[in-house]
Amino acid sequence: MTDFEPTIIAFVCNWCTYTAADLAGTSRLAYPKNVRLIRVMCTGMIDPQYVIKALLEGADGVLVSGCHPGDCHYINGNFKARRRIKLLKEILPRFGFEPQRLRLTWIGASDGIQFAETMNKLAAQVRKLGPSQAKLKMVI
Amino acid sequence: MATTYRIPVADEDLPGALRAFLQAVLSLPDINAVLAPGQLPMKNTVMPMLVSDPEQLAVADPLAPYFPLNGAKLVSRLTRKPSGGKIAAVLRSCEIRAFVELVKLHQGIREDVLIVGIDCLGALNNTDYARFAGEAATEETTRRFYRSVLDGDGGDFDETALASACQACELPTPEGADIGLALFGVNTRQEILAETKTDAGEAALERLELEAAETPAGRADAVRSLVARRKVFRDAMFKRTQEATGTLEDLTRYLAGCVNCYNCRVACPVCYCRECVFVTDVFDHEPDRYLRWAERRGAMKMPTDTVFYHLTRLAHMSTACVGCGQCSNACPNDIPVMELFRATAAQTQAAFGYHPGRSLEERPPLSEFREDEFSEVVGIEG
Repeated sequence: MTDFEPTIIAFVCNWCTYTAADLAGTSRLAYPKNVRLIRVMCTGMIDPQYVIKALLEGADGVLVSGCHPGDCHYINGNFKARRRIKLLKEILPRFGFEPQRLRLTWIGASDGIQFAETMNKLAAQVRKLGPSQAKLKMVI
Repeated sequence: MATTYRIPVADEDLPGALRAFLQAVLSLPDINAVLAPGQLPMKNTVMPMLVSDPEQLAVADPLAPYFPLNGAKLVSRLTRKPSGGKIAAVLRSCEIRAFVELVKLHQGIREDVLIVGIDCLGALNNTDYARFAGEAATEETTRRFYRSVLDGDGGDFDETALASACQACELPTPEGADIGLALFGVNTRQEILAETKTDAGEAALERLELEAAETPAGRADAVRSLVARRKVFRDAMFKRTQEATGTLEDLTRYLAGCVNCYNCRVACPVCYCRECVFVTDVFDHEPDRYLRWAERRGAMKMPTDTVFYHLTRLAHMSTACVGCGQCSNACPNDIPVMELFRATAAQTQAAFGYHPGRSLEERPPLSEFREDEFSEVVGIEG
């Protein structure tokens, strides 16, 4: 398992976390290549279905990351996202997905350093968890 | 204020007493029609009927142990826009709760229906009903059923023959109705009790000139002991289901028979989308995509997206699941869909402190939020 490199799908909002990722890049901060960013306009548009699809397709981890409370470009999309993550964290572990495979963070547009640090930590965590059951079994 | 009235039962004819009551309701000037299960003239079975002629209520059979669809969807159809009239609908507890959920989603108008709820005796699976009924007339099948259940002596029928959804139902009394018709703990050989539960129910019953009555002392105990039995069954069912679906591989085994017919979704009264994403272009995959998937996996079950479909539906509607069991009833391959959905729903509903169908005031959990909540799901610690 030592050479296991996880795949992490990160749904990031256009206004905060994606901008932070951009800042990390322009600041030449390194973060693991395991993280595949999917830019969405707001975390409030992330249907639980997207997360389920990513996990079933073999993602070892899924991150949803948006603006800090009060900073949402669309006022409250991040609060809606939080309820959906809460819901998924009730459902997915019932079927063997470790709760740590799904994360929600709030990373503001100016937090380039925090973005890179979070991705580093996340990749290390998921690497430690090992490959997801969906990837191992390829059941669907 | 709740008031109780007495509906007399002559010659132990319970359906007869219910028919007379429904005829009286239909005679009220503001009620245009009654929606109730009725015996079909052309076949030996029972289906919901919308009746405007009081004489046609002679075929009403509200105690038949047959539950071919959740009536909430029908009432939603009848009230999704103002019709200019009002119907009275005879509904089971789970149908009332599902309708309340649909009203919250603006797919029905609560004020346009007078809900007559009856203590639910449960029902059989569709296929079991046909077997239980055999060659007997519908009337006789219904009588054998309700007498056995209400006498509690087994008789022709015992509880373990009910659909699992009904055996696991801990809400058999029609709490969300305007008028509740009480059977449990009532001497049903002589009377049925009508309890008003809303102002609309009160206003209707006041005009029917029924004799006032008291709820018998034994009723609360009768309901409590029934609910206790149901909960034992339910909890064992939850445990069994969790053990059978604890990993993705287990879940895949559980759903192995799924052929993407989507009958469970069509039958589900709270699957509220007008168009389901699973029948849109999103799932009209390009042929080459299937080949790529197969190449990546070596082998792939067809049709695809079955586990994905059920997990998505769990995320979309489990907080609203009322446990009516129509999903299982509709499955052509006997997948215990209800067990999976109820077991998951118990957890998701508890997580949001939500009781689907209990009150119009409680908003669906995913349609609202609070600024200060669920901080435990934020961050990458823990």
